[in-house]
Order: sequence, then C-alpha cells, then structure tokens
Amino acid sequence: MNTTEEYTVDEKNGEIDILDEVTSREYQYGFVTDIEQEFAPKGLNEDIVRFISAKKEEPEFMLNWRLKAYRHWLTMKEPHWQNVQYAPIDFQDLHYYAAPKKKITLNNLDEVDPELRATFEKLGISLDEQKRLTGVAVDAVLDSVSVATTFKSKLAEKGIIFCSMSEAVKNHPELVEKYIGSVVPYTDNFYAALNSAVFSDGSFVYIPKGVRCPMELSTYFRINASNTGQFERTLIIADEDSYVSYLEGCTAPMRDEHQLHAAVVEIVAHTNAEVKYSTVQNWYPGDKDGRGGIYNFVTKRGICSGNNSKISWTQVETGSAITWKYPSVILKGDNSIGEFYSVAVTNNAQQADTGTKMIHIGKNTRSRIVSKGISAGKSQNSYRGLVRIGKRADNARNFSQCDSLLMGDKCGAHTFPYLEASNKTATVEHEATTSKIGEDILFYCNQRGISTEEAVALIVNGYCKEVMNQLPMEFAVEAQKLLAVSLEGSVG
Amino acid sequence: MLRIHDLRVSVAGKEILQGINLEINPGETHAIMGPNGSGKSTLASVLAGRADYEVLGGEVSFMGKDLLDLAPEDRAREGLFLAFQYPVEIPGVSNANFLKAAVNEVRKYRGQEPLDAMEFLALMKDKAKLVEMDPSMLSRSLNEGFSGGEKKRNEIFQMAMLEPVLAILDETDSGLDIDALRIVAEGVNKLQNEHRSVVLITHYQRLLNYIVPDHVHVLYKGRIVKSGGKELALELEEKGYDWIKNEVAQAAV
Ligand SMILES: Nc1ncnc2c1ncn2[C@@H]1O[C@H](COP(=O)(O)OP(=O)(O)OP(=O)(O)O)[C@@H](O)[C@H]1O
Ligand SMILES: [Mg+2]
Repeated sequence: MNTTEEYTVDEKNGEIDILDEVTSREYQYGFVTDIEQEFAPKGLNEDIVRFISAKKEEPEFMLNWRLKAYRHWLTMKEPHWQNVQYAPIDFQDLHYYAAPKKKITLNNLDEVDPELRATFEKLGISLDEQKRLTGVAVDAVLDSVSVATTFKSKLAEKGIIFCSMSEAVKNHPELVEKYIGSVVPYTDNFYAALNSAVFSDGSFVYIPKGVRCPMELSTYFRINASNTGQFERTLIIADEDSYVSYLEGCTAPMRDEHQLHAAVVEIVAHTNAEVKYSTVQNWYPGDKDGRGGIYNFVTKRGICSGNNSKISWTQVETGSAITWKYPSVILKGDNSIGEFYSVAVTNNAQQADTGTKMIHIGKNTRSRIVSKGISAGKSQNSYRGLVRIGKRADNARNFSQCDSLLMGDKCGAHTFPYLEASNKTATVEHEATTSKIGEDILFYCNQRGISTEEAVALIVNGYCKEVMNQLPMEFAVEAQKLLAVSLEGSVG
Repeated sequence: MLRIHDLRVSVAGKEILQGINLEINPGETHAIMGPNGSGKSTLASVLAGRADYEVLGGEVSFMGKDLLDLAPEDRAREGLFLAFQYPVEIPGVSNANFLKAAVNEVRKYRGQEPLDAMEFLALMKDKAKLVEMDPSMLSRSLNEGFSGGEKKRNEIFQMAMLEPVLAILDETDSGLDIDALRIVAEGVNKLQNEHRSVVLITHYQRLLNYIVPDHVHVLYKGRIVKSGGKELALELEEKGYDWIKNEVAQAAV
C-alpha cells in the first residue's frame, strides 16, 4: 500500500478530522501587491495567495484558510508513487493568478481550425455548441447565457444554489466555511494543499433538505464555467433527503495553455441524500509523443456522512497527457452506498493512473467498483484501487470489477488493488480480466463487412456498456462517439 | 464469379502458394483437399484479405473486380464469406449486435436501408432455425465460451445472415458432432442456388456426402496438383495422399 497519500480518517471515532487546526499566525506584513494588476507574477509565496484572495474580494476566513494551506504545502513533497513519468514541475515557474480572459471572438465557424471542426463533426456536436466552444459569436436566441438564466430561475424556486465557487464564497460564506476542506482537507496531499492555497474557481452546489434537483446540473449551464483555470475547486452539498445529478466537463476537445491542472472536488451527502457525479474529461493529450499535453492531477472525494446516503462517481477519461485521480467515497453513515464506474482510455504516449478508494466506516455499507481501462498506442494505463473496511463496518460489502482492454502490443495495463479489512463480517469480491483487440479480431470483423474503425467502436462500446449505462442518456451517446474518436487510428 | 490466375503468396518470407489456378462459376460447389500445411487456409485467408500475406504475383478477379485491390471489408460486402477454421472470440459484443453491424454494413454498401431492430430480429430468428441454433446463443458474447462445434455452427449461422455469393468454409466439419454435421450441411445446401457458390476445405469425405461437390481439387505444397469430380474425394479417402505425392515427385524428375 502506498503511504505517500494519507487520509485523515480517524478510525476510532469514525470521524473525519474536519480541519487540522494548526495554529495560524496572523500575517504580519502588509499586503503590497498592486490590486489592479491582471497577472500575478510567476511563482508562489504568501503575497501571491493574498493577492488572489484580494482579487476575488474574499472574506477573511477564506484568506486564512488559503494561507494555512499554503504553509502546509511548503512542508510537503510532490508524490511519486504513481505509475507515471514526467519531467519535474517547477512550481515557482507558474502563474497562479490571471484575470479571466476574454476569449477571442471569431466571426464564423470558417475561421476555426479545420481539424478541430472535423472532430466536432465526428462527435456530433451541434453547430451552436461548436460556436460556443470555439468562441464564435452566437445568435441571441440560442445564446447559452439566456438558456442558463431560465435554468437558474427554475433552480432558485427550489432553493437550490448552483453558482461559481467565487460567488459562493461571497454570497454563501457560512456554507463554504462549514464545508470547504471537510472532505479533502488541505493536509490531504500535495496537490490538494496547492489547490487550497491558490484555487481559481469552480462550481458550488447546495441542495436543500427534501429537494430533488429537477434537472441534471451541468457545468455547461453555469455562466463563467469556462476559464475556471488550472486549480478548480468544486463543492457539492446534498442536505437530508435530497438528490442531485451533476455533470462535469464535455466531450469536445479542451485545450488550455496551462499544463498543470490540479482540481479538488468535494461532495457531502447527508442522511438519505444521493449524489451522482459524472465526468467526461477530454483535455488535450499532447501530440503523438505527448508533447504539450495537460497534466491532470485531481483529488475527488465524497463523504456519505448520513445514514442511507449514496454517492456515485461515473467518469469517462480520454484526455490529458498524464492523469491521476481516484474519486473516492467515505462511507461513514450506516447503510450508505458508494459507487465508482470508470472508463479510462489512453492512446499514443498518454499515461493514466486512476482508480478509487472506498472507505467503509459505517455498518452495512456497500461499495461497487467497475473500472474499464483501454490502452492503445504506447500508452500506460493503471488502475489503483483501495477498499478499506473499518472495525465498526459490520457486514460491509464490496464488489470490484477491473478490466483491461489492450489494443496492439506496445501499450500496457496495470492493476493495483489494495484491500485493508479489519472487520471479519465484511465480504469483498474482486474480479479482473484482460483482453486484447488483436489483428485476428479485427480481421474477423472486416471479413463480416465491418470496417476496422467500426469494429473498434463496436468492441469498445460493448466493453464499456456497464459504465456508459450510468451516464445520463444524451451524455452517453456523446461519450460513445468520443471513445471512438479517441481510439481512431490506434489499430490496424 | 471467381478466377484465380497463377497466384503466388508468401508468409514470413516463405513462399506458401506457388501458382494457384482456379475458376469457380456461379452455382458451383468446389472441394479443396490436401495434406496438413499444404496451403489451404492460406489460400482462403488471402482471398479474404488477411494482412500478413504478401502476394508475390498473379491475379484474382471476383464478380468482375480485382479482388486483391479491395479492402477486406469490401470483399465481404461484395459477397465473399469465409467460415474460419478457428473463429475468434469477441468478449462484450453480443452475437446479435455483431451481426446487426455486419448486416447493415453490407446493406449500406448495396445501397439498401438498414434493417430496424424488429426486422433484424425476425431475420435472425428465421436464420437461427435454418441451422437449428439455440436462440440463447444470440445474446451471448460472440463465440465467447462457445464449444468448438458451437463456434462452427455459429459461422454457418453468420453465413445464413449475410447470404454471400461465394462462401469459403475452412474445415467447418471438424469439431461438429454427427448430427450437427448433417444439420449444418443441410443449412449450407438450403443457402445455395444457381447464383451462389461454395468452396469446402475439408479433410474428410463425410461432409461431401451431404454437400456434393461438382469439383474436387488437391492442394499440395502450394499448388493444385490434381482436380477431378466427386469421385476423386472417394479415391483419396481410400488411398490417402501418397499416390498423389508420388505422381508429383515423378513429374518433377
Ligand atoms: N504466419 C505464418 N508464419 C509462418 N508460416 C506460416 C504462417 N501462416 C502459415 N504458415 C505456414 O504455411 C503453411 C500452410 O499453412 P496453411 O494453414 O495454409 O495449411 P493448411 O493447408 O490449411 O493446413 P491444415 O490442413 O493443417 O489446416 C504451413 O506450413 C504453415 O506453417
Ligand atoms: Mg487449414
């Protein structure tokens, strides 16, 4: 078991240490950086943290928290236990703040890179959506902003809060202060600490007691959703008896000038609440040799804090040069359920180290893990999963299914399942398979009139069905096409 | 329909087919026999367009087109079908889904509308009956965990679904039990008509009792060294290949 990443789960009390309340010295020096400046200078120090906080007009508690995180970060080392390789990152050579930039506005789609357009076509992305993604001016009627406005008023009727993290910090500070860092404390790991110190923006969701969110909450509909920057922070709170399904990302290829992305997502599900979180991640993976691709180092964790609560993660990962993320669930409430459904595709020189952690604390807690890795080209795809059954977790059950699909013979798939069970009444099942799409299979398909590209899509969709079925319908269709596009030219 | 002229093929630098000549007319049934390793499967694979083979020379025309110029999927869409000696397993893809993709691809190529789910299901039920295939096999992953005989029967079921103009059956009889052999052979007979031809690659006469060939060829060391009518197969059954091998050796002197 790796020891570099630590939980702050206190097994004896079954409690999460909300925040490691280390003494925080008040900052003794005045804040000097010019507030009008649009870019913070390169590098990271306390002044930069203050600058970011001031720019965002944050309340005192937020700044203090950021500073504590920053000071803690200074004591930490970058983790290296993942099965990925990359040149060292110089953290003093990055910009940690840039004012949200205006996108370049194009007059029509003809000005868009034809290669990008071809990909959009293949993904079946509508013209309006294409315009939105590439920054072409959109007609007033179909403007996503107006859609989002009607959408917001519907949510407001139910008392649902769905806004950017920056807005939440200003307008709902009591909620933010109560919950931020309660699931992923800044002490959690190197990148979580960094994110806590300098997070740029992200989403905030609060579903009040007894409310079933009437629609999928998608980042797409959140004004200011784009340009959340490289240190995204998302917080979702589902109060008692509530339900929400949240969608992050989109299937269209996402380019970004920042190479390092270190996001944090926290979910809290109270008694009887259910949260479904679906992601499609399609960051730029770099060229064939991985040059210029994005490093995506994410900490995602949910806590089923109340009895009978449920958190379900579904992810389709096709992008980034390097990905490591382990959406996890802490099953604290009795009878709570955690689920993880994942498809992770790597092609060319991509590297992915993903998986999940299911931490069973309460009685009769159940978790289910379905991980489908697809490796093509000379990529490396690792599954890393931890199932931990605590002492009090009587009758806890886990089922894990970890499959790998290899395309060709230059790629790699690796599985690292870890199990720590300290309750004898627990049942844990693990199944794993590895299959390969070789020339034989493709020739067989060809011989039946099915082209190689279609054969790959057919096989991959069959292979991923169980995960795709978890996605909201429209999203699933797009995600299927995305898989096909990501694997284009990977075989034959 | 199919004309092979002086076809020479090598695999991994070794010349396996050393000048094959063969002509197949619509409605005909040909049997290709010959000792192990003589090149029968190689011939079938080359015709179907498998990548590992290098064509050194010769021509093949199929339905008036240059076969060797077509991509493997286009050969299939033109109506060439190969029942594999060793069918592959495709986990996660049901037999039905696989065939739906295949049938609709072929239809698209021919300018026909794709079949909807209901039409496809009806067709599948109909064809499953033809080879007496258990309907539960249709929803299972393609060939996954199928017994040897079940795989062979599934090949002929696929042939029934795709209605090829030229079907090459590579040792479809091996692995089938006595009853299954009869059922599958009857299925093949029902699929044949004056426009459709069949090539049977086999080691045994018993298949030819059910599917009676118009022509029998002996492939030996990459050449067709003897051709005849159905009685040639009987003669081989009785005498083995030694007399043919001797004839070839004599001719070479
Ligand atoms: N990929 C390959 N690499 C090397 N040799 C090959 C390859 N494929 C076929 N051969 C060789 O080509 C020869 C012909 O093989 P083929 O499978 O066509 O024989 P066959 O007539 O079908 O035999 P059988 O009756 O046993 O099925 C054999 O000697 C075989 O070992
Ligand atoms: Mg053979």
